[in-house]
Amino acid sequence: MSTLQSFLIVSALLFGIGLTGVLTRRNAILVLLGIEFMLNAANLNFIAFWRFGPNPEALTGVMFALFAIAVAAAEAAVGLALVIAIYRHARTANLDAVEELKG
Amino acid sequence: MFELFDQLFVNLKHAVVGALPEGWRGLASPLISAAAILGVFASLFALTVLVERKGLGRIQNRPGPNRVGPAGLLQPLADFIKALTKEDIVPVSADKVLHFLAPVVMLAPVLLAYAVLPFGRNMVAVDFDAGLLFFFAAGACVELAVFMAGWSSHNKFSLLGAMRAIAQMISYELPLILATLGVVMLVGSLSLEDIVDSQAGHHWGWLARWWVFTPWGLAAFVIFLIAATAESNRAPFDLPEGEAELVAGHLVEYSGFKYAIFFIAEYLGLFAVSALAITLFLGGWHAPVAGLDWLPSWFWFGVKLAGFIVFFIWVRGTLPRVRVDHLMGFAWKFLLPLVLWNLVVAAVWWYSRGWAFAGAGILRWVGCAAMILIPYSLLGRALYTRHGLGPRTYRLVA
Amino acid sequence: MNTALLIFATITLAGAAAAMTLRNLIHCALAGAVAFLGLAGLFLGLGAEFVAFGQVLVYVGAVAILIVIAVLLTRPARVAGESPRVEPWLPGVGIGVLVTGALVAMVKASLVARSPEAVSSPAAPVKAIGERLMTTYVLPLEVLGLLLTAALIGAVLLALRDPGEARRP
Repeated sequence: MSTLQSFLIVSALLFGIGLTGVLTRRNAILVLLGIEFMLNAANLNFIAFWRFGPNPEALTGVMFALFAIAVAAAEAAVGLALVIAIYRHARTANLDAVEELKG
Repeated sequence: MFELFDQLFVNLKHAVVGALPEGWRGLASPLISAAAILGVFASLFALTVLVERKGLGRIQNRPGPNRVGPAGLLQPLADFIKALTKEDIVPVSADKVLHFLAPVVMLAPVLLAYAVLPFGRNMVAVDFDAGLLFFFAAGACVELAVFMAGWSSHNKFSLLGAMRAIAQMISYELPLILATLGVVMLVGSLSLEDIVDSQAGHHWGWLARWWVFTPWGLAAFVIFLIAATAESNRAPFDLPEGEAELVAGHLVEYSGFKYAIFFIAEYLGLFAVSALAITLFLGGWHAPVAGLDWLPSWFWFGVKLAGFIVFFIWVRGTLPRVRVDHLMGFAWKFLLPLVLWNLVVAAVWWYSRGWAFAGAGILRWVGCAAMILIPYSLLGRALYTRHGLGPRTYRLVA
Repeated sequence: MNTALLIFATITLAGAAAAMTLRNLIHCALAGAVAFLGLAGLFLGLGAEFVAFGQVLVYVGAVAILIVIAVLLTRPARVAGESPRVEPWLPGVGIGVLVTGALVAMVKASLVARSPEAVSSPAAPVKAIGERLMTTYVLPLEVLGLLLTAALIGAVLLALRDPGEARRP
C-alpha cells in the first residue's frame, strides 16, 4: 500500500466518523463539529494529493486547503450564531426538538 | 576571540553531539536545545520573581523578601520547596482529568513557542519557514488551557475568570498579530532568522537599522507591547485574576505545584513575547550601536530581555488595573483601527524608499510620523469625548 | 507512512471518535480540538508547514473556543439520563459505516495503489504561497475577505439579542 493510499484511508475514516456523528448526535453544536471533521478530511486529501501528485510546484492543494480553512472558520461562526439564535427561541439546542417547520 | 565567545554555546552543543555515537545524534541535538532553553528560562523565571518582589517592594516603600539567605536571595528556592510540598487540593465536584491536564496544556505550548526564537547568532532551535505563524499558533493553544482550568474547577469564579481571560486574549491577539505584520510585509518572510538578518547594518554608520527606529515600527512596537501585556495577563491588564472581584479567576481551585506550573507558564509566556518583540523590532541579537558589536550576540539578547522584564515590573508597580469594558473598548475601538492604519503607513514607507532629493529622509520620517500621530490624536479625542471624559473642570459654587 | 505520521493519524481518529461519542459536550469539544491538532501534525508531516500552523491557529485557537463558548451559552437545564443521540440512531450509524466502507474500498481499488511512490519531497515555501495568493488567487482572496466580513456581521446580527426581547434569567 502506498503512502498516499494510507493518507486517503485516514481521511476516509475521518470523514466517516464526522458523517456518523452528524447523523446520530442530537445536539446541533456537535453536528457542526462533525461537519468540521468532514471538511478537515477533505483538506487532508487536498494536502496528500498535493504532496504525492504530479505537479506540486503549482501549490494547488495547499491553496485549496488554505481557502477551505478560512471558509470553515466563517461557517463555524455563522453556524454557532444560528445555534444560539435557535436556542434563544426554542430553549434547546437539540435538533429533534426543533421541528416546527416540519411539513 | 570574539568568534569564541559569540559561538560558545553553539560550539559546545556541537562538541557534545559530536561526542555521541552516530545513532544518537539525531535525537540528542533537539534534546540538548530543549534542555538549554528550559534550564536558562526556568532560572530566569526564579530570578524574575525575586526581582519583581524586590522591585515592587521598592516602589511600594517596603523591603520585600529579605529573610531567606543574604538579602533574601534564596527566596525563589524557598518558594519552590513550598510549592512542591504543599497539599494538592482537587475540589470534589471538579472534572478530575481536565483539572489535572489544564496546567500541562498551559505550559506545553508556551515552551514550544521558544523553539523558533533566535537567541543569538546561529542560536535558534528550529528555523521554520513560517516561524512567526508557529509562535502565534502555539500561543493560541493557551486559551484552551485557560478554559479547561476555569471550567473543570466547577466554580463560578473560575468560569467567569476564564471567560474574561479568553475574551481578553482573543481581543488582544488581533492587534498583537497585526502589529507584527508591518515587519513581515517589509522583510518579506515569516522566518524569525530572516527578520533578524534584515535588521543588520547601520544608519549613518553608527545607529543600528532596527525597525523600531522607523515611525511605523515605533507605533507597531508600542501597540505590540500593550497587546503583549494584555496577552500575558500582566498588570494593568490582569483582570482575569482580579482579586477584588474574582478572587483569582481560573486559578482559584489550584494549589501547590499545579498553581506553580500556571505561574511558571505565565512568566515564560511573558519572556517569550518579549523575546518576540526584541526579534521583530529591536534587532534581535544585534548591538544597538556600531562600536559595541564586539560583545557576543547572546549577551545583547539577554540585556534586551532584562530590560523588558524590568519594564514590565515597573509598569505593574505603577499603573492601576483597568476596568473590563474599558479593556475591550480599548482593544476594538482604539488599537485595532490604529494598527490597521499603521500597515498603510508601513506601505507608504516602503514605496517612498527610493526618494533621492535633498531632505528626503527627513521628509519621509516626518510625513510617516504625522500620518500616525494625526489619526491617533483624532481617534483618541473622539473616543475620549464620547464617553463624557475629558479634562476635568471644577467650579466653585458659592 | 512513518511512525510519527502514524501517531498523528491515530490521535486524529481517536480524537474525532471521542468527540462524536462522549456524553459531556465540553469533553466532545476538547476532543475535537485534539483531533484538529493531530491533523495539523499530519499536515506538518506532509510538508505543508503554513497550512499546519494555520490549522492550529484557526481551529484550536478560534473554532474550538467558539464551540466551547456556544456549548456554555446553550446549556439547557441539566436533563438527567437524556440520550445524546437522535432516537432511531441505528440507521445513521449504518449509513456512516456504509459510506466509510465504500470510500475505503474505492481507495483500495483505485489506480492510486499502483502509482509509483513520489520520490521528491515538495515544500510549500511561504513566499511562494504569498506570491500565488497575490497573483493567481487574488480574486478568491478578495472574495474570501468579503465572505469573512459578511460572516462576521451576520454572526453578530444573528446572535444579537432582539431589542424588544426581555432579558430572561
